[in-house]
Amino acid sequence: MPETFRLALAVAGKDIRAELRSRTALLSAIVFAALVLVVFNFARDPTALAVVDLAPSVLWVTFALAAMLALNRAFTIERENAAIDGLLLAPLPRGALFAGKLLANLAFVCTVEAITLPLFVLFFNVDLSGSWPGIVGVTLLATIGFVAVGTIFSAMAVRTRFAELMLPVLLLPFMVPPLIGAVQVTSRLLAGRPLSEMLGWLRLLALYDVVFVTLCAMAFSAVVDE
Amino acid sequence: MPSCDGTPSGAAPPLLAARGLSRSFGRRRVLHDIHLTLEPGEALAVAGPNGAGKSTLLRLLAGLMRPSAGEVQVMGRPVRGEEGKARRVIGLLSHQSLLYDDLTLLENLTFAARLYGIARPREAAMAALEQAGLAARAEELPRRLSRGLLQRAAIARTRLHSPRLLLLDEPFTALDAASAERLRSELRDSLEAGLGVVLVTHHLAEVWGVATRIAVLVEGRWVWEEPRPGELDEFVSRYRGLVGA
Repeated sequence: MPETFRLALAVAGKDIRAELRSRTALLSAIVFAALVLVVFNFARDPTALAVVDLAPSVLWVTFALAAMLALNRAFTIERENAAIDGLLLAPLPRGALFAGKLLANLAFVCTVEAITLPLFVLFFNVDLSGSWPGIVGVTLLATIGFVAVGTIFSAMAVRTRFAELMLPVLLLPFMVPPLIGAVQVTSRLLAGRPLSEMLGWLRLLALYDVVFVTLCAMAFSAVVDE
Repeated sequence: MPSCDGTPSGAAPPLLAARGLSRSFGRRRVLHDIHLTLEPGEALAVAGPNGAGKSTLLRLLAGLMRPSAGEVQVMGRPVRGEEGKARRVIGLLSHQSLLYDDLTLLENLTFAARLYGIARPREAAMAALEQAGLAARAEELPRRLSRGLLQRAAIARTRLHSPRLLLLDEPFTALDAASAERLRSELRDSLEAGLGVVLVTHHLAEVWGVATRIAVLVEGRWVWEEPRPGELDEFVSRYRGLVGA
């Protein structure tokens, strides 16, 4: 187990180092998230809908779309110079490869979310003073699940000719459950509702994480090995 | 035609053994029933025209591709089983460098060293770059290197973990004369040290001084294999007859 963990950290470290050098996906995702928020900000009619009703959906749509951009890079980096062959040839357990990719993707998506959240507060003028620990918690809980699914679909899509188009088509249906749960919890947090009203949705998010992280880890070998 | 009918009981398994190896892409069969064995100290050069299936054969031998039929064993272990235990002893040089464009050469090789569990990965990576004459370029990105230097870096990555079996696809591509001669010399030393090498090429002259056996692959069929003949010129006319050139 420590060996698997060491190898997973090596894979994640490599991805993060490469991304920090190129900054391609991270910058694109952040700029994209900012643009989505700007568009929503100008498109909404403040007299028709209260901010607190609209804001959770806008936040999670922004997170989901930006995450998609960040996830696209997970395996495109491996396609350059057939670097994936180097990974597959090495005595690297596929579980370690999945865990490494998952950790790196979580780092990217959480970074995008961490930068997007203050922009969201700025554009929508929502008060997170009492609810920010909850918002951070539900963001982490929802992100782990859809990033796990995104990691495996990214590995699958990269083998196709239209990887950038395939990933959203494959991933979006699987993002629906965590997005619904996250929007519900965020709405209640912004409205200052008690924790007991969110417990059901939090359980759903936790269950989704456990089920899909496990399933994706188990299926990953079949996806990356021809 | 070589055969691999099993290992005599008690004898060590061959370094590399392929039995009845076939591969199809859709309806098109690109490799037909290939049998080969390789013992330590042997270098098998596989020649053939473009599209003969040489690179596909190498990927099958490396375990990167699943055969449609047949199996590959490395030191008696299935190449695709046991979480890559058999693959640990393989060094593959393919058409592409397997290097990340956004990592320096040193970072690339250090990462590879970590994957293979090499102690002091950074030092091992630096030593490999020094051996390849690339120490001064350790901090450069692969995309900024010339094709020849990139090939040298790819070779350094291939040999980093001291593999016992080298699978080399056109290893002399883009190398200048001095680098090519140095690689030939290193390969001869490796053979003396007991490594096995499979060299895939369509320029036999480049590998002639290294190969101990020559095989010819035409349209996915293993049409000829023998110990290396004495003279290249003598073989070339025979080769032309085999490939129909």
